Amino acid sequence: MASVNKRSNSQIKKTYEWFDRRLGLAKPLTEAAQHPTPERSASWWYVFGSAATVLLILQVVTGILLALVYSPSAGEAWGSLQFLNHDVTLGWVLRAIHGWGSDFMIAIVLMHMVQVFMFGAYKFPRELTWIIGVFLLLLTLGMAFTGQVMRFDQDAYWGLGIGASILSRVPWIGGSLVHLLLGGPIIGGQTLTRFFALHVFIIPGTLLLLVGLHVWMVLRLGINEWPMPGRIVSKATYEREYHELTEKNGIPFVPDAAWKDGVFAAAILLAVIACALFFGPFGPTGQPDPTIIQTAPKPDFAFLWIYAVLAYLPPDLETPFIFIAPIIIIGGMLLLPLVAGEGEKHWKRRPVAVLMVSVIAVTLAIFTHLGTYTPWSPIMEAWSAEPIPTAYLQHRSPLERQGAIVLQNKQCRDCHALGGVGGMRGPALDSIATRMTEDQIIRQVLQGGGNMPAYGKALSPAETRALVAFLMTLREKNLAPAVDASRSLAHSGAMHVPVATTR
Amino acid sequence: MTPPHEPSAPTQPTTPLTHANTAAREALHSRRAFLFKLSLYLNGVVGAVLAVPLVGYVLGPAFKKTSSYNSWVSLGPISDFPEGQTRLADFRNPVTTVSDGETGKVACWVRRIEGEKFQVFAINCAHLGCPVRWFEQSRLFLCPCHGGAYYEDGSRASGPPERGLFEYQYKIVGSQLMIEAGAMPTLANEACAKKPRPLVNIESQQPAAPTQQANDAERSSAWPA
Ligand code: FES
Repeated sequence: MASVNKRSNSQIKKTYEWFDRRLGLAKPLTEAAQHPTPERSASWWYVFGSAATVLLILQVVTGILLALVYSPSAGEAWGSLQFLNHDVTLGWVLRAIHGWGSDFMIAIVLMHMVQVFMFGAYKFPRELTWIIGVFLLLLTLGMAFTGQVMRFDQDAYWGLGIGASILSRVPWIGGSLVHLLLGGPIIGGQTLTRFFALHVFIIPGTLLLLVGLHVWMVLRLGINEWPMPGRIVSKATYEREYHELTEKNGIPFVPDAAWKDGVFAAAILLAVIACALFFGPFGPTGQPDPTIIQTAPKPDFAFLWIYAVLAYLPPDLETPFIFIAPIIIIGGMLLLPLVAGEGEKHWKRRPVAVLMVSVIAVTLAIFTHLGTYTPWSPIMEAWSAEPIPTAYLQHRSPLERQGAIVLQNKQCRDCHALGGVGGMRGPALDSIATRMTEDQIIRQVLQGGGNMPAYGKALSPAETRALVAFLMTLREKNLAPAVDASRSLAHSGAMHVPVATTR
Repeated sequence: MTPPHEPSAPTQPTTPLTHANTAAREALHSRRAFLFKLSLYLNGVVGAVLAVPLVGYVLGPAFKKTSSYNSWVSLGPISDFPEGQTRLADFRNPVTTVSDGETGKVACWVRRIEGEKFQVFAINCAHLGCPVRWFEQSRLFLCPCHGGAYYEDGSRASGPPERGLFEYQYKIVGSQLMIEAGAMPTLANEACAKKPRPLVNIESQQPAAPTQQANDAERSSAWPA
């Protein structure tokens, strides 16, 4: 038995040698895998990059498998996704893994970036590694956006419309850029094939190439040492210090550090699979028929914050903002290692860096959260779907009740909530009469103002009177109605001469 | 294009290194280096020639004039559109191709003011292109994306849009309502050609005047807007 084992072992060894004689990869690969790593860098903080790479491979594999069935044609794409979801064996699982893999990849890439930033790993001599990393982030987001287009549904269609409308604002060449993006004058067949080429050839090709360079540089320059407060990076001494660090108490990356990467990558893959099985695939939502307008298009999670920002920008600032902000943000990220290539690495000595990360993270989180429930959007069905709370109708005069009907019929609820239901675009009306006087309400309703359209032409005098009568009853906890202080003054005769006559 | 001295190059016999043939090898090397450079230039030229169709193919859509896509399409008989109402209409885009599927369809809002006076609005919000919806009762177009609102004449009411809805050019041929459509309406392609704004725009200049409550308005001197 033992001799049989020995014989087959030697057979394997022979085959291996036959190949390596010709490939010559064993030595360089082993050396690369075992390159010395500073002992403290074998940390759970250093696992995000490898996990992102593993997710990229997952996306490539599942993407290729989906391409076996998917039909990149505007007329058929939506149907082929339904076919994948419902008819192809395990098609839905593949779509779900690919979709969730994409979300996880963005999250992990961002975590990787934050970790690298906080640990000062972008500093000399790893500046270029960071710069390529910035492009990897942009390409990852590019994959997410083009991937959303592949899911050729209503959201994809109108998302493309938003993209085209943004580009149309570029001065002079806006129109040409729109046609370049869409591959023609409209969102249609050529648009989808264009984005298909981007999603499966151009962006992933570039992504894989740059990941190769990124990893090559990590191997060449070594894994960032664990930062210590007071240990200053200087171009003159860093390489020698790092060399000492790895020579003296370095450990081979494989296996001493890599086991953590392996465990984390497996955990992430498991999480992707769990989400995929539990939550299922994303969409597709309604079919991409632009004549079906009963839709509230929304971008995927990663872009919700942009969606929210676009809702809040004042109209005249918007165009400059959407073109200048990305240049500043991306330019800032690219220049970071060039301007801050030396100095302290430890986050305790870099308060500005900590502040920046926290502010950016909180901002993104707030805008993303707003994007999930879009308080700026009218709720288009609220007027016909949500009744007025009964309490607001008890002990009311016929005119006031008539006003409640006007409020409902004129679709005020689409933007104004009552009893907690309705749109959030305008203020809730539950206690409006304690905040505005009758005159103010009349003026606001008829002439609009702030964010409210004027309803002067949509309301008859009788309707206005009834509506205002009802609104005047809306005083929560029976607080006193708002009063116009100047009027009581005028009545008491306190305002004598000049003011009252200035008209 | 082929270098003239090509055949003489490989006929050098291989002899052991001596001083004499070191010089010869140097000369040969410099000649080969020159030829290599030449080959680079050659490929540069060929590359430039090749780039013309490649780049032209990719940029093709950008060079076509937007207006060249437009043509007149019918929205149906005008009797489909009652006076004083705003109705959704759809049509097959004149520029559509077979591969467009249902994305070749387009919707638009037709407002028949009176008689032969119409306004035909693009479905795309002037902000970022989402489909606006008409609300008959409140006489507003509302956008689901960022809450843009427009009055019934298409002028901006509130929200992020910086202008009113895009309007198609229209004409009436026989009993048919025709509009000039094609490229997707965006800020770079405002659907309508430069035409004198219809009278409805004059209305919207003034804030809707209160038609009633004259007493109220008198009583309460102007409130801060
Ligand atoms: S797209 Fe209509 S408000 Fe933004």
